[in-house]
Amino acid sequence: MKISKEKFGQALDALIAEYQIIAPVSDANGIAFKGVKSFSEVKQDYLNSKLPPKAFFFPQHEKLMSYKKEGKDVTVKSELKVENTVLFGIRPCDAKGMQLLDMVFKNDQYTDPYYYERREKAVIIGVACQKIAPTCFCSSFGISPAGSEGSDLFLIDLGDSYDVEVITEKGKALAARFEALSELTADEQALVEKVKRAETTSKVDVSTTTSKLDKMFNSPYWDSLQEKCIGCNVCSFSCPTCHCFDISEEVRKNEGTRVRTWDGCMAPLFTLHGSGHNPRDHKKARWRQRMMHKFNYFVHNNGSMSCVGCGRCIKSCPVNMDIRQVIDGANKAELVVE
Amino acid sequence: MNKIISDIRETARQLLADGKVDVVIGYEKGSLPLKATPCFVHSAQEVDSLIWDETCENNLAAFVAKTPGKKAIVAKGCDSRALVVLLQENQLVRDDLYIIGVSCHGVIDQRKIGAEVGEILEASITDGKISVKGMEGDKEYLFAEVKDATCQTCRYPNPVIEDLHLGELIQVSQDVAAFADVAAMENKSESERQEYFKEQMSKCIRCYACRNACPLCYCQECFVDCNSPRWLTGGVDRAENLLFQAGRVLHLAGRCVDCGACSRACLQGVDIRALNRKMTKDVYEMYNHESGISEEGKPALNVYSANDPEEQFLVKE
Repeated sequence: MKISKEKFGQALDALIAEYQIIAPVSDANGIAFKGVKSFSEVKQDYLNSKLPPKAFFFPQHEKLMSYKKEGKDVTVKSELKVENTVLFGIRPCDAKGMQLLDMVFKNDQYTDPYYYERREKAVIIGVACQKIAPTCFCSSFGISPAGSEGSDLFLIDLGDSYDVEVITEKGKALAARFEALSELTADEQALVEKVKRAETTSKVDVSTTTSKLDKMFNSPYWDSLQEKCIGCNVCSFSCPTCHCFDISEEVRKNEGTRVRTWDGCMAPLFTLHGSGHNPRDHKKARWRQRMMHKFNYFVHNNGSMSCVGCGRCIKSCPVNMDIRQVIDGANKAELVVE
Repeated sequence: MNKIISDIRETARQLLADGKVDVVIGYEKGSLPLKATPCFVHSAQEVDSLIWDETCENNLAAFVAKTPGKKAIVAKGCDSRALVVLLQENQLVRDDLYIIGVSCHGVIDQRKIGAEVGEILEASITDGKISVKGMEGDKEYLFAEVKDATCQTCRYPNPVIEDLHLGELIQVSQDVAAFADVAAMENKSESERQEYFKEQMSKCIRCYACRNACPLCYCQECFVDCNSPRWLTGGVDRAENLLFQAGRVLHLAGRCVDCGACSRACLQGVDIRALNRKMTKDVYEMYNHESGISEEGKPALNVYSANDPEEQFLVKE
């Protein structure tokens, strides 16, 4: 089924009373996901945002609760604020990334209410990639530039209209608000098929990476790998699946807040103990952790790699650490006999 | 292959073969077009990966203190100035260091090219011309058109300290000392400046790529990471970001060598250098000091002089 962009825009604009609409916009700094008041603000021809959309569920700096002591009374207040949200224009890699984050923040052992309540109240409208960048390598992970996994509603740009595919119940409820859905013409159908067959030109073989890493904890590979890394957090902050955080108290006199802030495994402070001991006291151990977490531990714990091939870390790295080369290097590294 | 590259490789080969150094820190071709990446060569067999061109944008001095053993480093003018400051501050042992100095005409501002042609698919550099094939179109540039802003005001394209020099010495135009960029910022009204820095600071995501790319940000514990006392919260907002950026600039007063590594490292395109340049100008005017230009000097704020012209700083007995 398809809907004209004009009608789609009107439908989205009509949702503004009930939902905050997050969509890609173009600013001085490139493409960013931001709140919009009208579909006319939305950038339709874009590669992907510079930073991943994860912050709408997992903000970089978030108040979890606040507290105040007056005399002997202590009041504690939840700081959770949740709005109905439509995220429009999410690319397949990022939609898949959200599914991976779901595994972390809601599983059989634990549900994170802050993440989960926002996620529950959000509808993801995925849009197939119109263009594929040389740093895109999602096809390595079985993700397609036109993959609908992780989206509630999935659109393919047909020029003046969108092909609309309902993926989930949430998506179905939203699609019910659209008027004037019509059938695709034969040409449009052919275009949809073509878009769906697209793959990234850049691919890295990850078929043996997990089992190889099982045997690589003490590999000398990590010694050479880490040399040029400067230990900043830009790869973690620009990653749609990185989710490590720090919880701290911000206290002034008799009141304070408990906050959660993004953290990253490349920074030495991340694992520094109060005693002064640091179990990952060298970049070597930190890079090993990054690789193991994404391509080994996460697979063992959740059955999937924790990388979606969006290529943001490749583009953002100040020293051009290219995760594709790092994976490839691990695949080829000689094993030491222990 | 150009002569400088073959000379770098030959020098590295000999240094490693003779056991004079354990590692050569230089550049190799990166995985993306117009991008070089730092490389660490440990054996004479690996030297052929070393390159030198207008894409070698990192300041390699940032790696020197953290790399164990005796090392050689390929140094541009700004890298060498950072080495001088590190030596002045006793962070390096000169005898453990072999400096392969290279004359540098400047590095390419990739951001500018990317803004015009989109993602860069292919690029080549020949005779000062850069041909770029981008996702949004193709374009040919003269190097001068896409030279990084830092390099446009560079006063030291030739290394100020070195054990070997490669390439022809470059003449510097004296106009660059005028700080025209800083003057333009100073001439703006206070509210214009406030607006400008508000916008800049709201972009910062506090990934600390700027700090970590900086050869002179080497504090064992950065003030932003210190939790007792806690100078900053983890809050990523304009005020906290400004405190971080301004704090960093103040710590670099009289030390910053204006290499631009911080600005180039920034994913968000924060104009970090606008703050650093102002500080550099102030130090230049107040103390007649340029950091890292001679091994003899000391960083401006490390010097105590009984003849200080600003009398109020002196406690008279």
